[in-house]
Amino acid sequence: MIGNLDYSVLQIIWWLIASVVGSLFLFLNFVQGGQTLLFTVPKDEQEKALIINSLGRKWELTFTTLVLFGGALFAAFPKFYATSFGGAYWVWMLILFTFIIQAVSYEYRKKPQNFLGSATYEAFLFINGSAGILLIGTAVGTFFTGSSFSLNDFNQVTWQTPYRGLEAARNFFNLSLGLFLVFNARVLGAMYLVNNINHKPLTDRCRKSAWTSFLWSLPFLLFVLVNLLFMTGYAVNPETGEIFLQKGKYLQNLLGNPITTILLLAGLIFVIYGVMLTCFKEKNNGIWFSGLGTVLVGLSVFFLAGYNNTAFYPSSFDLQSSLTIHNASSSHYTLTAMTYVALGVPFVLAYIAYVWKQMDSKNLTMDELAGEDAEEMY
Amino acid sequence: MVEQIDLTQVNWARAQFALTAMYHWIFVPLTLGLSFLVAFFESIYVRTGDEDWKRLTKFWMTLFGINFAIGIATGIILEFQFGTNWSNYSWMVGDIFGAPLAIEGIFAFFLEATFFAVMFFGWNRVSKGFHLFSTWMVAVGSNLSAVWILVANGWMQFPTGMAFNPDTARFEMQNITEVIFSPVAISKFCHATSSGFQLAALFVVGISSWFLLKGRHQLMAKRSIIVASVFGLLASAYVGFTGDEAAYSVAQKQPMKLAAMEGLFVGQKNAPLVAAGLINSAKTPGDRQDAFIAEVKIPGLLSLLANREFGSFVPGVDDLVYGNKEENIVGAQERMEKGKIAIDLLRTYKEASKNGDTKIAEAALKAFNDYKDDMGYGYLSSPEQAMPPVGLTFYAFHIMVILGTIFPLLFLLFLYFNFKGNIQYQQWLLYLGILCVPLGYIAQQAGWVVAEVGRQPWAIQGLLPVTVANSNLTTGTVQTTFFVFLGLFTLLMIAEISIMVKQIQTGPEGE
Ligand code: HDD
Ligand code: HEM
Ligand code: HEM
Repeated sequence: MIGNLDYSVLQIIWWLIASVVGSLFLFLNFVQGGQTLLFTVPKDEQEKALIINSLGRKWELTFTTLVLFGGALFAAFPKFYATSFGGAYWVWMLILFTFIIQAVSYEYRKKPQNFLGSATYEAFLFINGSAGILLIGTAVGTFFTGSSFSLNDFNQVTWQTPYRGLEAARNFFNLSLGLFLVFNARVLGAMYLVNNINHKPLTDRCRKSAWTSFLWSLPFLLFVLVNLLFMTGYAVNPETGEIFLQKGKYLQNLLGNPITTILLLAGLIFVIYGVMLTCFKEKNNGIWFSGLGTVLVGLSVFFLAGYNNTAFYPSSFDLQSSLTIHNASSSHYTLTAMTYVALGVPFVLAYIAYVWKQMDSKNLTMDELAGEDAEEMY
Repeated sequence: MVEQIDLTQVNWARAQFALTAMYHWIFVPLTLGLSFLVAFFESIYVRTGDEDWKRLTKFWMTLFGINFAIGIATGIILEFQFGTNWSNYSWMVGDIFGAPLAIEGIFAFFLEATFFAVMFFGWNRVSKGFHLFSTWMVAVGSNLSAVWILVANGWMQFPTGMAFNPDTARFEMQNITEVIFSPVAISKFCHATSSGFQLAALFVVGISSWFLLKGRHQLMAKRSIIVASVFGLLASAYVGFTGDEAAYSVAQKQPMKLAAMEGLFVGQKNAPLVAAGLINSAKTPGDRQDAFIAEVKIPGLLSLLANREFGSFVPGVDDLVYGNKEENIVGAQERMEKGKIAIDLLRTYKEASKNGDTKIAEAALKAFNDYKDDMGYGYLSSPEQAMPPVGLTFYAFHIMVILGTIFPLLFLLFLYFNFKGNIQYQQWLLYLGILCVPLGYIAQQAGWVVAEVGRQPWAIQGLLPVTVANSNLTTGTVQTTFFVFLGLFTLLMIAEISIMVKQIQTGPEGE
């Protein structure tokens, strides 16, 4: 069946897959959000240890999802991989640095003779959770605001600014998206901790913190949404492949594609509902609602950028260099082969869910940290 | 026209890739092997119920975790570096090369990431059986990641299962099974993983030797030595066998690399194998100088190993650069001329199609197809450029092979004295065991230097030289990231070693 799919259908499927991975990443950013709470929410070393050990059992999932996001884009949209990574060099490098320092921090923070001292590793976690997510947000922002690059006949990229992608942070839309993601990650992080830890003084503070971060995220969210509705977008003429600027392009995408609109609205409602449950109803399961909501909003954002004859990686410098899901994709053969491979994904998700359930059936407590396995704890 | 990039920038990008890959490869082989050893130890614990085995398992698991963390930290940069520093490469071959990386992410990395948490924090949260299963899954997962990355690397050494598409100006995949089951990929996978098993065995034997010398944790040390030596001995046999297989596939698919590995300039029938030698650094292709200042040769052996046939012809650097009519070898010189024609025809084709001159376009395309196999050579500026650095490749290869012959003997000695029951008194052997740990790491790095330096000047063998593969960046930018990586990875590695040493000094808990 997959073998008979149209080229353009496969391109649509792969944008969908990339969107799902990207949106799951945004949800899993609760790890990063949690890391930014380290300096404010816990009131002593033990509470801090609770937070780190709770996040420490999940951080690799987030990290691996990022790696997979890169791999999936490489396989399905190699021109994007080449253009964006090779062009916006500094943004991506900085993002990667924040993940490199994250990867050792959990394991090394508490180990004796760790050379840099635990405060450094905690700072690493904070940088990853704040600067890392902020930069990712600004990079995603350029899906709408565009970047200044050009491609030659052989698709080699020339970036037009010496800042190599860092210039995106000068744009208020990109910056707002980044800040929104940072605060949203903090909301999710606090809610995850509420769900995962059994230590009332700490979880009470997490509830408060979730609410504060949520309030902080709102203005940025509003700014992004309002702008999206009114901004000029990068449209493609499906017949000729020509790219042109169109007023209210993303509003049109919303109106023209009810699924995207429903995802967006439902997502927002779920996020808010989860926050209400956690902050005002003393419930512990808010993370699931807000997490799902984040995934849905993420999907709608990616759909807005890629579907309905839109250029998802536009060039503001040379319109015709802009990338669309059709001109940036792998060959028909590769997309087909990779679609067979993707059939294995539900299986992977299933065992992740199973293990998660097994491991989280009991909440984390102070007793466990001090118990028989104290040596192994982060 | 595909633009060639400033050479110093390319060299910095190569240095950066080499640096990051070599750091990554310090930690990966230990992950590959120690994950299995830990799984063996835990299996014994679960079967016997002996708490000593559990302590032993946990001790090695702690070291595994410390090493694993930095393995991940150094890995992420490699994946994205294809895009950041080799963007033209990513575009030209991403259609084929991206697939194994994506598959690796889906199937290998998640397996490890998921079960890793159970392995470390699940002792009291899941059943004993499920815990053991998780430990095995981590081992399987890490070795699966080796499969996919080595498929990708194998494809760079021997590109198959694809064709050039003149319209998109890139290579596109035609057959994914050919890519995955390429003989080069298979021999690389078997060799790289088994050498990882061997290194982990050396690591365990070395640390256990230290405990014996200090007279601490004797029981644990002896038990560890037995399991690790058996594993190491089996792995060593396999390393030798698959190393021979790797050399054979190099001879068949990358004859220039083989010539460099052996310092062979003038091809010959019944070629000898150089067991050890000193390279004459003034030697250039085509001159009449001797390639060696001194050497020890084994007559006829290279022909046998390279072609599995006594007396067969093995081409040298000169034959591959300038051609050899008698042996039907087309040299880089001739291929360069054809390659330049191919590049011109492709440009004509692209321009004509853009302007709608279908006649000219068709004619150019037809002619292009006759020349396209040599297109990569058209980017070289001199035929001598087709030769990789001979000295480095030669020495790295010989260091690896010599060490590869020593290690199995070491494991045999350890087993022998262990069964005799007096190993704790063999001080010389215990010191040798400790010494072989760094030697194992040296052999690992040397192996990759052979594989990667020997592949120069190609990013993709025969198709894409490094000078057209990389991104359009300034030299200063790449220099900056190079030094940042150098500093950061060195700091992290110092931290890793310091933590590791402390944990070893502390020894297993509760003893
Ligand atoms: C402990 C490490 C170790 C040891 C003792 C050996 N190897 Fe090795 N070798 C590697 C570790 C390694 C490696 C690091 O894993 C490499 C690098 C690339 C690869 O796939 O494996 C490698 C590559 C490699 C290559 C290059 C493959 C290529 O260019 O694609 C050859 C020809 C050999 N090996 C041959 C041997 C032989 C004949 C050995 C003798 C016993 C040997 N190796 C021992
Ligand atoms: C982890 C073990 C590895 C080590 C130690 C290693 C080592 C090296 C070295 C020394 C170079 C520089 C060669 C030169 O420029 O003279 C290099 C370059 C490179 N390697 Fe590897 N390599 C490893 C694995 C891989 C793998 C698995 C791939 C691909 C999947 C790969 C792809 C490349 C690329 C793209 C370059 C840059 C272009 C080039 O110089 O050819 N490497 N590597
Ligand atoms: C140059 C090519 C390479 C790239 C792009 C690469 C990529 C990566 C990445 C992204 C990680 C982190 C994975 C995670 O999220 O958990 C990693 C770790 C690892 N890689 Fe590599 N790697 C390369 C070379 C190799 C080679 C040659 C092998 C094996 C033969 C290997 C095997 C592993 C293993 C066992 C780990 C340990 C940690 C883990 O898997 O999570 N890698 N690599």
